[in-house]
Amino acid sequence: MRWLFNLSFRHKIPLWTSFLIGVSIFVVGAALMTRAYDDMKHAVVISADNLAHTLANTVAPTLLHDDVWRAFEIVRSPIRTESARTPVQVDAVVVLARDNRVFVSSHPEALPMLSEAATLGADWLLLSAQLNAPAGTRWPLVLEPDDSSYLYLALPITDKDAQLGHLVLRYAKSVFHPWFVDTIWQGLGIGLLVLAVLIPINWYWGSRMATPLVDLAQRMGLMLRTVPDPLPPDLYPYDDELGQLFQAYDRMVLALRDKAALENEMVKSERLAAIGQLTAGIAHEINNPLAGLITVVDTLKLRGDLDPRVVRNLELIDRGLMQIRDTVAALLVQTRVQARHLNQHDLDDIHTLIQPQVGKRRIRLGWSAAMPAELPAPASLVRQILINLLLNAVQAAAEGGHVSLWLGRKEGSESCLSIVVRNDGAHLSEDQLVHLFEPFASTRAGGHGLGLWVTYQIVTQLEGRIAARNDDGEVEFTVNLPLGETSCNTASA
Amino acid sequence: MSKDFVNPLPNRNRRRWLIDSSCLAAAGLIGLTRKSQAAASKIRIGMTPAFLHDQHSLLGEWRAFMAASLRRPVEFVQRDSYRETMDLLRLEKLEFAWICDYPFLHLKDSVRLLAVPLYQGRPHYRSYLIVRKDDTRTRSMTDLAGSVFAYADPYSNTGYLSPRYEIRQAGRDPANFFGKTFFTWSHRKVVEAVASGLAQGGAVDSYIWDTLAHVEPALSARTRVVWRSPEYGFPPFVAHRSVTNADFHQMQRHLLDTSRSDAGRRLLGLLYLDGFTTGTPALYDGVARMMRAFGET
Repeated sequence: MRWLFNLSFRHKIPLWTSFLIGVSIFVVGAALMTRAYDDMKHAVVISADNLAHTLANTVAPTLLHDDVWRAFEIVRSPIRTESARTPVQVDAVVVLARDNRVFVSSHPEALPMLSEAATLGADWLLLSAQLNAPAGTRWPLVLEPDDSSYLYLALPITDKDAQLGHLVLRYAKSVFHPWFVDTIWQGLGIGLLVLAVLIPINWYWGSRMATPLVDLAQRMGLMLRTVPDPLPPDLYPYDDELGQLFQAYDRMVLALRDKAALENEMVKSERLAAIGQLTAGIAHEINNPLAGLITVVDTLKLRGDLDPRVVRNLELIDRGLMQIRDTVAALLVQTRVQARHLNQHDLDDIHTLIQPQVGKRRIRLGWSAAMPAELPAPASLVRQILINLLLNAVQAAAEGGHVSLWLGRKEGSESCLSIVVRNDGAHLSEDQLVHLFEPFASTRAGGHGLGLWVTYQIVTQLEGRIAARNDDGEVEFTVNLPLGETSCNTASA
Repeated sequence: MSKDFVNPLPNRNRRRWLIDSSCLAAAGLIGLTRKSQAAASKIRIGMTPAFLHDQHSLLGEWRAFMAASLRRPVEFVQRDSYRETMDLLRLEKLEFAWICDYPFLHLKDSVRLLAVPLYQGRPHYRSYLIVRKDDTRTRSMTDLAGSVFAYADPYSNTGYLSPRYEIRQAGRDPANFFGKTFFTWSHRKVVEAVASGLAQGGAVDSYIWDTLAHVEPALSARTRVVWRSPEYGFPPFVAHRSVTNADFHQMQRHLLDTSRSDAGRRLLGLLYLDGFTTGTPALYDGVARMMRAFGET
């Protein structure tokens, strides 16, 4: 039985409601049937009573004159042929004389004249006993013997005060049954019709309610592993409790998504910070012996008595050390507060500087720098950020593709400088997005993978934010930098 | 005694006046009656259950045929029992009647034999003793002792007198031979009573039973003829003795001529009769003999 309660609402609601509709129809139907049966019996008794009074009055003179044939014609008159049988159709009429013998009957073969009523069968034995009951019997006498397929109604036949005998009407209950069965079939037909109308409505309504619930349950089930999608907005556009539940769910999903995004961002920042620390630590550890080595090599080079072969080796060592120093310097991004603020000339310089690369790859460059004469941002660092991002974009864009720059105060925040660089190159994969700002995480062959790392370090040290995303067929890098003391205070999209 | 109280008429005179006035009244009454009969000149014919008199369309056709032939209005008066028709005849409310042979003998002082129908070419018929078709046990009247028996009419020969005579011939008393008897007041209903099982046996006119076998074979087929009586004179057409000779002969001629016209033959065909003959009262001697056996004159 438990499995029934474990069924999905998708099935349970329609099943239960269908079951209830069925039970209601059955109970109402059964009540009506019972009533119909009683009514029918009542109608039979009323009709029988009327007929019995008429017949008793008509047949009385024939008893007085012992006119059997006239009596026979009278008792035959209400008998119909088989084809016209109805429950109120009398089955047999019997006139019993005072001595309880059959004076005449409508069916002389089965109920012959002169026979003793009590010898005609169990029903008649019971009936004749009741007919002879002491005075005070309520007429008409209605008798429905157990285990009998007949119903009897008896009335005394009187002429003035003299009782001449009894008139007995017999009704076949077997005729009731087809009528009753007809009524049942009719009731059943109407019931089925109602069911045929109600059940589809009920299934539709049930599934309308159950489908969102089932959807909700499935999504809730996924919640521990991942943040599920919000429900489709047109799934259940009503404001009842179910609708409120779905709205609450949607709000919860959105909150969870924000939380997850925030957590992601934090994890990423922490990892980058850890990498930064590690890198800086290693760089420092390398820098100290490196400075010593460079000094030693410089000193050795100053000596003139060296074997030319040694000089060549020294120069080889010197170039290697320089490469190490450059790499380490790049890893060890150090921002120093500079007095000079960013101005229009810096932007012009950058435009000029990237032209060779743009021209070589036939890139269409979009340039939108809404910029006052001067902005309180460190000019050299912003220049480095811009050059890194723009050159990256030019490299990432397709041959003959498109790169755009937008620079200006961030919308809605006067104290924030916003830089947006877009290119129409290949989208960044999820994996690339996760490790984008880590050192040596180059997205293309030939890059040393330090450009974005340096940019990230600069932006972070300036207390700004940098973010990358795929947007409408393009890859977009957004940098927000605080102008002055206040921070930008907005999460990157 | 005061003068004022002296009777103005002497007793003798008064008696005379009474006689005169009553004679006048009687004469006027007779004159009026005759006059009204002559003026109406309508012939009233009593029809008894001697034949299947519930064939109303046949009766209508017959009446029209008769009226056209006699050139007089004709009225058929139907009654449900022989007795009523006999009473109407006695009261001179009928000029003619088709009655059973037994009533004819009862009324022989007030009626004249007009014509006798020919059935199967002869002016004779019989009484049939019938039982239900499924009663294969009964072979004669004596087998029905103690049973319920249906008679047609107390003034029917074949439906009452003849079967009782048969019982009497068997040495039994017809008054208590059967368990119960009743009258159906028509031969046809005797067949119905036996067919339905109300009565175990019944006495019926052979002409009626044979006609039913043609007209309503389903009914007669539910019965079986057990015994056939000797032949009796066929139920005759009679005229009241008050009917004038002219009317008597006109009617007799009409009946005898029925089989001479196509329309008449057609009617006779519907009645399952062949024609009419004048007949003689001697035809009914057999009935008279049975009546005498029962002490009736």
